Amino acid sequence: MIAQHLPALQVVVPLLSAPLCLLLNRARVAWLLSTAASWVALVIAVLLLQQVLATGTLSYELGGWAAPWGIEYRLDPVNAFVLVIVAGIGSVVMPFAATSVVHEIAAEHRVLFYTTYLLCLAGLLGIAITGDAFNLFVFLEISSLSSYIMISLGRDRRALTASYQYLIMGTIGATFILIGVGLLYMMTGTLNMLDLAQRIPSVADTRTVRVALAFLTVGISIKLALFPLHLWLPNAYVYAPSVVTAFLAATATKVAVYMLLRFLFTVFGAELSFEAMVMHLVLLPLALLAVFSASVVAIYQDNLKRMLAYSSVAQIGYIILGISFASVTGVTAGILHLFNHALMKGALFLALGCVFYRLGSVQLRDIAGLGRRMPWTFAAIVIGGLSLIGVPLTVGFISKWYLVLAALEGGLWWVAVLVLLGSLLAVAYIWRVVEVAFFQPAPRNAPSQEAPLTLLLPTWALIGANVYFGINTELTVGVAHRAAEWLIGGGG
Amino acid sequence: MQWLGLYNYWIVIFLMMAGFYVVISRSNLVKKIVGLNLFQTSVFILYISMSKVQGGTAPILKEGFAVYSNPLPHVLILTAIVVGVATTALGLALVVRIKEAYGTVEEDEIHNKDESL
Amino acid sequence: MTPVTALWLTLALPLAGAALIVLLDRYPNPREAVSLVTAGLLFGLVVRLWFAARAGEWPALVLVETLPGLPLALAVEPLGLLFALVASFLWIVTSLYSIGYMRDNRERNQTRFYVCFAVALASTMGVALSANMFTLFVCYEVLTLSTYPLVAHSGTAEARRAGRLYLGLLIGTSIGLQLLAIVWTWMLAGTLDFRVGGVLAGVASPFLTGILLVLYIFGIGKAALMPLHRWLPAAMVAPVPVSALLHAVAVVKAGVFTVLKVLVYIFGLDLLGQIVSGNWLLYVAGASIIMASVIALRSDNLKRRLAYSTVSQLSYVIMAAAILAPLSVAGAALHIAAHAFGKITLFFAAGSIYIATHKTEVSQLDGIGRRMPWTMGAFAVGSLSMIGLPPAAGFVSKWYIVLGALQAGRPFAVAVIVLSTLLNAAYFLPIIYRAFFRAPNKPSHGKHGEAPLPIVAALTISASLTVLLFLFPGPALELAHQFAGANG
Repeated sequence: MIAQHLPALQVVVPLLSAPLCLLLNRARVAWLLSTAASWVALVIAVLLLQQVLATGTLSYELGGWAAPWGIEYRLDPVNAFVLVIVAGIGSVVMPFAATSVVHEIAAEHRVLFYTTYLLCLAGLLGIAITGDAFNLFVFLEISSLSSYIMISLGRDRRALTASYQYLIMGTIGATFILIGVGLLYMMTGTLNMLDLAQRIPSVADTRTVRVALAFLTVGISIKLALFPLHLWLPNAYVYAPSVVTAFLAATATKVAVYMLLRFLFTVFGAELSFEAMVMHLVLLPLALLAVFSASVVAIYQDNLKRMLAYSSVAQIGYIILGISFASVTGVTAGILHLFNHALMKGALFLALGCVFYRLGSVQLRDIAGLGRRMPWTFAAIVIGGLSLIGVPLTVGFISKWYLVLAALEGGLWWVAVLVLLGSLLAVAYIWRVVEVAFFQPAPRNAPSQEAPLTLLLPTWALIGANVYFGINTELTVGVAHRAAEWLIGGGG
Repeated sequence: MQWLGLYNYWIVIFLMMAGFYVVISRSNLVKKIVGLNLFQTSVFILYISMSKVQGGTAPILKEGFAVYSNPLPHVLILTAIVVGVATTALGLALVVRIKEAYGTVEEDEIHNKDESL
Repeated sequence: MTPVTALWLTLALPLAGAALIVLLDRYPNPREAVSLVTAGLLFGLVVRLWFAARAGEWPALVLVETLPGLPLALAVEPLGLLFALVASFLWIVTSLYSIGYMRDNRERNQTRFYVCFAVALASTMGVALSANMFTLFVCYEVLTLSTYPLVAHSGTAEARRAGRLYLGLLIGTSIGLQLLAIVWTWMLAGTLDFRVGGVLAGVASPFLTGILLVLYIFGIGKAALMPLHRWLPAAMVAPVPVSALLHAVAVVKAGVFTVLKVLVYIFGLDLLGQIVSGNWLLYVAGASIIMASVIALRSDNLKRRLAYSTVSQLSYVIMAAAILAPLSVAGAALHIAAHAFGKITLFFAAGSIYIATHKTEVSQLDGIGRRMPWTMGAFAVGSLSMIGLPPAAGFVSKWYIVLGALQAGRPFAVAVIVLSTLLNAAYFLPIIYRAFFRAPNKPSHGKHGEAPLPIVAALTISASLTVLLFLFPGPALELAHQFAGANG
């Protein structure tokens, strides 16, 4: 009975937990509730992924209204995988929050934080699971509005301006998406994505549809912080509380990438997106520019959070690069990196959360010599960093492997060279940290204690995942490959 | 004549560009929110006007009326309006907090205050 | 113990040792005992594999299938076995030496040092025993990363700069060029297994094969082929045992070993013989030999001179392989072993001099042989091996390389070897002459005798092995011939 309604529960559980948090109005209870809700969401997501892998697709009619009229929740290998990523990161981040939030968020705001977190989680899961274009917009706004609030909870007053900046950019992006959806509705008279996919080919040559594609792409690109629309991201990541940064960095941009995949491949179809509209000619250069410009900027940052934020922009470039090849291997690489990057950035931002907990700072000069004082935290940063670089035995390597392979298969050997050069830039910014932390003497007043276990365990859970999925890729590569075939094959 | 017949879209485009311009050019944070509102409103009009059918009435079944306007976009845009209100409220709330923290709502002054730290 | 068990234990044992060393952080004596015992056991395991191989058994196993069709897998083959034998044996000697050196110098962060050493050895075993290029690359990168903390060990500005250069060059070339070549090979051939006769024959155009050769050769920065040699002299700031590890036990050996593996098992000697562009390797390696020798001749700093001598000796191996004759390929394999024993002796001696007298320049060494007879005696043996004179191991390997060059009709290679032998003599013999036959320039400059016992023991062992390998080259030669002969 319940098994039938899993797709709805996926969104409903966190969505209903949110007001409950507010009603109970106790930070500790709210934490328990949001942790439980995240874990339940993860269990549901895993069950759904299993079902999807066994049967192909899963359709759920919300409220019993049949598909093109009612809202349909539709699961295929692509979004089932995204659900697992989002819920998984949420389940790891929440245990971390217990200690970190007490330290970083004012007492009167803590309940509010858990409430908005749950809303954000519900929104992100909703974006991934829904098969209705307008519903997607609504979920997008739920997640965005709650993430603006979460960012503004940072103690630094610059968190407010960062959040404001993000609100302006994000709203423009969301409105663009709304315009795109509206134009599509105008031409096809439907909002169901599957229906859209069937009807668009007959009107593909109209200017309206092409304008819709343009609006959607730009709108989503703002949300996923594709260069040069990434300007909101660094400040938002830097001034948000550590937990929020880790959660958003690992999920929000990933879900936006999913939206892009969904629209480019499923709704418009690869033929229209890449052959008629030559999206790859736009995405490929932008992706490479993102990789290089953001990596170079990252090298010169003294604030570690900002460094990782710019690195995120670069890594998103890799994801988009994979997608822009529009081949099975390329999209596999993109989806793989979507997952892998969530793991590494989640882990790294959590590790920085540990540093911030003890130090109250994430400036490069303040971490001198701490490698010995906080060995577990900094070991986590090193491993996460190696993963970011793409060293073998970490997930980063797997992504790079597929990216290079996809570029070579596409005959673009120079892109392959650039991808590898990009990793070398990552070596440069990661190694600055390693050198300072391990090979410089610690100042006298440096803290001599390791971060508490409640922070270390979640961090190391993600680090462990970084290594595990770097060695055993059966699950990740398998699912990503199926998802890519699904998308390229038109995803009937 | 065709150009004139599409006047509703011209209004949409005008409003959209005006709103966008305000968001970009004003440094007052409240005015930016106003611009953003304008920007969103233009999209509401886009939705509403596109569902209007020439000579159609409100979609209520009644003798003598065969042509109805499409109600769905109207419903959709109700949702979007709610979202817009929420965004505005949140934006203004942020501006209040910014005013408390910085004592100003001018972007350049805020920037200067952060730089001087 | 079955050979397969021994095979995976060669990887697991040093890692387990590393974990134990971490746990024993605060107890120096057990910690170093663990280091030594692990080294001993590891050598035992490799010897077990060797006996199995002599009985005709070449174990192989798949650890985990990382990517579809691309497993992390181990397999024993003659060249890898030879390398593993040399490396695991020298680890024992180096551990012995490190204990003396690190204690006497009161170095900091000793636990980190021993841990990284053990991990480096595990990855060296991985390189030596890998069954495909993918596994080899993985281990190659782990080796780079685990040796970085050793190079930057002291944490001084100079050490950090050296570390940066070390990492930048090695990671830069391996990710920027080698990985590209590997993925490309995978795409073309559909396999990265090491196969007799290569996997690239018939799947890549001659032009593309030439490009891949360039990518591989310059992607293997550890082989220190000029102009990618700069990290090696820079890394001289590290403690002496680290230099020994870099120059003799693991790092550069892993580099030339990888070059040999790639040339023989990925390209195949036949394929290389067919492409015209393959010839450049011979000339680049030859030029590298001569230039490095000239720089060594002009260096007064002893360790720097030894470093450039390494650059030149490594290029011997590459040039020997580039001759493409079975005899010279066997010589190349043998030279890996011969140079390892000889060079480690020289570094131990240099470290011993530094420990006892704190002298680093060649010009300060007048008359030192009388005070430190063991050290300088060993140094002399090592020098002979470098020059290629009997009774040292270097003679045997050079002999085979020259034979191969003559057989293949490569007068250029013969000329390079003759010239470099003269140059080698020119920069090693004066040191020995100074040490034994010149009077000390000041009557008494501090009282010093020999270095501490573990150090002297270590360098005596390695020097005697250099001689032993000359007297009884049979077993090593057998493996080298098996390696070359499979392709003959």
